[in-house]
Amino acid sequence: MKTVFTRTPTLKDCPTHYCPGCGHGIVHRLIAETIDELGIRGRTIGIAPVGCAVLAYDYLDVDMVEVAHGRPPAVATGMKRTNPDKIIFSYQGDGDLAAIGTAEIIHAAHRGEQIAVIFINNAVFGMTGGQMAPTTVLGQVTATTQQGRKAVGEGYPLQVCELLAVLPGAIYIERCSVYNPAQIRKAKKAVKHAFELQLDGAQGLSLVEVLSPCPTYWRMTPAKAMEWIEKEMTKAFPLGCFKG
Amino acid sequence: MCGNEALAEAAVIAGVDAYFGYPITPQNEITAYMSRRMAEEGRVFVQCESELAAINMVFGASATGKRAMTSSSSPGISLMQEGISYLSGAELPAVVVNVMRGGPGLGNIAPSQGDYFQATRGGGHGDYRTIVFGPCGVQELVDCMPLAFDLADQYRMTVVVLADGILGQMMEPVVLDPVRNPTMPNPYASGQKGKISNGVEKKPGRKLPPKDWALTGAQDREQNIVRSLWLKEGALEELNYKLQAKYKEVEKNEVLCEEYQVEDSEIVVVAYGVAARIVRSAVIKARQEGIKVGWIRPITLWPFPTEQISRAANEFRIFLTVEMSLGQMLEDVKLAVAGKAPVLFYGRPGGEIPTVEQVLGKIRQLTIPGSSKRKVKNAKPKIKV
Repeated sequence: MKTVFTRTPTLKDCPTHYCPGCGHGIVHRLIAETIDELGIRGRTIGIAPVGCAVLAYDYLDVDMVEVAHGRPPAVATGMKRTNPDKIIFSYQGDGDLAAIGTAEIIHAAHRGEQIAVIFINNAVFGMTGGQMAPTTVLGQVTATTQQGRKAVGEGYPLQVCELLAVLPGAIYIERCSVYNPAQIRKAKKAVKHAFELQLDGAQGLSLVEVLSPCPTYWRMTPAKAMEWIEKEMTKAFPLGCFKG
Repeated sequence: MCGNEALAEAAVIAGVDAYFGYPITPQNEITAYMSRRMAEEGRVFVQCESELAAINMVFGASATGKRAMTSSSSPGISLMQEGISYLSGAELPAVVVNVMRGGPGLGNIAPSQGDYFQATRGGGHGDYRTIVFGPCGVQELVDCMPLAFDLADQYRMTVVVLADGILGQMMEPVVLDPVRNPTMPNPYASGQKGKISNGVEKKPGRKLPPKDWALTGAQDREQNIVRSLWLKEGALEELNYKLQAKYKEVEKNEVLCEEYQVEDSEIVVVAYGVAARIVRSAVIKARQEGIKVGWIRPITLWPFPTEQISRAANEFRIFLTVEMSLGQMLEDVKLAVAGKAPVLFYGRPGGEIPTVEQVLGKIRQLTIPGSSKRKVKNAKPKIKV
């Protein structure tokens, strides 16, 4: 039998703890493929966030650290400044990056830190039980917006790419998704580009936002969740390259 | 050099790879000095957006095996507690300098010793300890920096250097020894000093363990993971027992303290840092008056010189703790004395500094009548024995 598709070596062969239909597994794979294709496993250091992906090091077979909620861009700064030859990436959710860690991401971008940030936007706090995230869309029902998110008092969904793109220190900002194979391929290209920029020594921060499904806390089937990203979520978060 | 600059240079000599800081008074000379010196040395300096970022940059650099430090003053150190807890859980070495100021809250910018509890009790969440130095002069501040980095690396712990606004700002002649000298020769610029009891003198040139846990890229080896999350049943308990065993080792090996004329004393004054300098002057004057008084000066505040104080309490003596707070180290002194002798307190909070006369007055009050050869004028004993 001819093997036409296989697990990439940097993605560990183990059972997943993620819920059925979760997008984390897909994005983990895109990162692992990128690392293997670029041949940088031996010089890559990853940063796992607080959130569902805290155990990212159980899946990605590279040196990894797990840090306090929201602080990956600061930790990445400490790593990259002292190890300019290493490839540093942080993997962060919307609670981590867009709520508690806004100061860290804005200032890491502002200083033009040479790091790659993979930002998973699933519009909820997954780990803690599906509470409202800054990226929750208007009308979306969550554990803490039981009547649906209202702009008054709860704010509009926070558009991180648009916010960061205006900073001179950010050199590459793109929003992708994983709702169908074509989008996954685009996301892969974006992730790889972010790593390549760092490999090339480009002066600045790269961020790839990935709209990713959370069927469990969206109370949807995995297929319906993918559809919801395409139909609803992209209205608040238009896909595309904002910079670079 | 002022204390802040001297400690910064000592850190450079000790081989600090990266300094991360955020401005706050009264430690701004450290940040300014480091911005210039680290660039000269081709090392890393970052002025951060907050103390939260600073301590997490230390975390990042340390996770890759580099020597990293930060400095701040009380309110900024409060912000760093989250990071110190994570550093402790992940067993990463770090050096944190706290040039204490008056609190609580924004307080003021005057020297204080109000952060003793925070420093010696861990400070953040969870069961952990940090090694804490309480140097009493610029020379000792300089001498404890290389030791701080060595201890951090040896035990994979955070080491806090607890200075205060006076130490940071005052100028004293110092010897900046480029060859590491962990023996702490004379803590004062000049003059009388006590006997420094410690285990350090026995161990010149510490052998530091290799940092095989560091994140350097998994080249031809299995991945390294630096973490503080342990979800599996029993795993976190196991980590905590491991940490405690390490802390016991530190308590056994790393206590530093100075003892001055304790043997024949009837009163022992316990003080650290700048308060100890005031106590030193008061004790020397009291001795001239014929009062049998000595001092015990903890140099490491954790591990605390419990044994030394306990030993001194085996003979009947009155203990007087002097602090620039309303009594924090006092609790450790009481724990060490364990009810064997009275422990009294004198201190001033809020950035006020006790004077030599005030401490001397307190010592005179405690004099036991008839016990000294020379009667002290107007001395009214508070403690009746």
